[in-house]
Amino acid sequence: MNDTEQNQAELNSRNNNSKTVKKLLLVVLAMFGFGFALVPLYDVFCDITGLNGKTNKTAVAYTATTIDKSRTVTVQFITRNAQGIPWIFEPIINEITVHPGEIKLVSFYAKNKASYDMIAQAVPSVSPGLAANYFHKIECFCFTQQPLKAAEEVEMTLQFYVDVELPEDINTLTLSYTLYDITEKSS
Amino acid sequence: MTTDVIEQDSHDEHHVEHKMTGIKRWLYTTNHKDIGTLYLWFSFIMFLTGGAMAMVIRAELFQPGLQLVEPDFFNQLTTVHGLIMVFGAIMPAFTGFANWMIPMMIGAPDMALPRMNNWSFWILPFAFIILLSTFFMDSGAPNFGWTFYAPLSTTYSNGSTAFFVFAIHIMGISSIMGAINIVVTIMNLRAPGMTYMKMPLFVWTFFITAYLLIAVMPVLAGLVTMLLTDTYFGTSFFNAAGGGDPVMFQHIFWFFGHPEVYIMILPAFGIVSTTIPTFSRKRLFGYSSMVYATSSIALLSFIVWAHHMFTTGMPLFGELFFMYCTMLIAVPTGVKVFNWVATMWRGSLSFETPMLFSIAFVILFTIGGFSGLMLAMTPVDFQYHDTYFVVAHFHYVLVTGSLFSIYAGAYYWLPKWTGHMYNDTLSKWHFWCSLISVNLLFFPMHFLGLAGMPRRIPDYALQFADFNKWVSIGGFAFGLSQLIFLVVVIKCIRGGEKAPAKPWEGAVGLEWTVASPAPYHTFSTPPSQKDIDNI
Repeated sequence: MNDTEQNQAELNSRNNNSKTVKKLLLVVLAMFGFGFALVPLYDVFCDITGLNGKTNKTAVAYTATTIDKSRTVTVQFITRNAQGIPWIFEPIINEITVHPGEIKLVSFYAKNKASYDMIAQAVPSVSPGLAANYFHKIECFCFTQQPLKAAEEVEMTLQFYVDVELPEDINTLTLSYTLYDITEKSS
Repeated sequence: MTTDVIEQDSHDEHHVEHKMTGIKRWLYTTNHKDIGTLYLWFSFIMFLTGGAMAMVIRAELFQPGLQLVEPDFFNQLTTVHGLIMVFGAIMPAFTGFANWMIPMMIGAPDMALPRMNNWSFWILPFAFIILLSTFFMDSGAPNFGWTFYAPLSTTYSNGSTAFFVFAIHIMGISSIMGAINIVVTIMNLRAPGMTYMKMPLFVWTFFITAYLLIAVMPVLAGLVTMLLTDTYFGTSFFNAAGGGDPVMFQHIFWFFGHPEVYIMILPAFGIVSTTIPTFSRKRLFGYSSMVYATSSIALLSFIVWAHHMFTTGMPLFGELFFMYCTMLIAVPTGVKVFNWVATMWRGSLSFETPMLFSIAFVILFTIGGFSGLMLAMTPVDFQYHDTYFVVAHFHYVLVTGSLFSIYAGAYYWLPKWTGHMYNDTLSKWHFWCSLISVNLLFFPMHFLGLAGMPRRIPDYALQFADFNKWVSIGGFAFGLSQLIFLVVVIKCIRGGEKAPAKPWEGAVGLEWTVASPAPYHTFSTPPSQKDIDNI
């Protein structure tokens, strides 16, 4: 191989290299983006499949046409305070039996025990996760933030119905609310 | 072949003078052999550092109750031990092998991107300085486990999250650059006549591993960035109060994490697929099935991540999907183990130290694979989850798997690297001490886990005391045994029996056609077609 040929060969390989590097860098960027794309994808996936116990985030209209009197489903209510929120937060009744398709109204009690005004947000979750798509909230305090002045108390309402399509093997639903302090974030 | 060596030597003499001296040689080097050496030494130092932390952990667990360290410091040790061993010991060691051996195996003069190669090594020490420096800060080191689950690493972080994130970013950039370099080298610099299916399996496994790195390290980078903004800039990726979801953290982490475990084992497959045929004096059984098995393991690794999360409350069909996909990986892995055994079958075996480590690898890695299969079964995983059974499993695949393969490879190529044979007696001591102590260390952990001892806890119930004592003794013995290796390597660099160009009778491959120690520059002219056909 003479010198010019060798130089030419070297030049070719360098061009090849930079082409390959560019392609691979593109893959790196794409995968970095994909990492972030997983966030909305995850939400969409959970919404469609009803996995993860996520329920509707905004009010839905009542669309059931019949009430299935032959079935009764127990709906249990659980509340939990996230770390660092000094509120009393509990359901007025712990459980209720409903027929699928029937609208029910229940209340939750909350009191701000702190000596200053606070804003809280309740985040719901349904167990078993697959039942989440069959639990419809017509009205819920969790759709909005809850500002309470120091020592103020409130009764918050939840209006819901259970879909008639609820799979046969599910007889009990547990609705769990976790209350978060979002005072800093919303001010 | 002898004539080739001489030709190669005479050609290389023109280049030797470019080498700088002293520290500058190592700082400025773009030579793949120098950089390979740097990676290997760095990984060994990190291995000893992470090992020292493991010694403290085992000392604390020697008997029930809290003796030596505070629980919070114990958590810091388990976290940093994991991070160092994964990102500091195993991965750089394999990159070191890739740098040293790939160009020599494919008949290339160097890696394709030598300057980037220098850069990708030299940022690595800084990553670990950042990570280790947190031990000396008021906040303390990361204490949330190497898996850094949110909210442990966000809401409940001790303040080390930022340092942790930047360290991971640097390690990730280093890995990605290293991986790009490997892919470009293999794609563009193969000697004329070396087709993909003629490449040594070692090169194939690194090729596939590099693709895995390119695919998942950016996801890890994205994840730690989200972690950073969640902790310090008020975003809510993983915070339910702001509409995020902590379980999503685990999904993204394991989407990176599962391919990551194959990043740490596929190169090991490549190494033992080189050593076993050599000391069996046979060709590797089922070369092409090995290539396809490695590729399918790599592809399957992207759809099994949630088997780490069976207890997060997934619906049944999700658990079944991930259970069956995980079990499917046993098929290509079984093909590989079968091929190694078939290679040894009726071979004329000899048991030099690299072969001893390789055989130990095949047996012990298979044990680790089987306990992995047990963990893959959803119903029983609920019992095993977060117990010492998991610890036993991943130490069998990472220590007696990856690490033993690294030792096999190191002993195998030490004559090529240093020009001297290693001290055979000492190396056998290293092997047998390691083999016995590593099983004393990790095997009882299976039973501890089955009996319900949780991982990552500095104290345990009294009934676990006897087994933990033995585990700790095994741990100390294993730790000390590794110092024998350090002695062997230093002695081997300093002197010893002169190694011929091909010290192993059954070895094939282009690296054995050059002199020992390998000249500073090799294959400035491509190897002859005859040599390539001999592989």
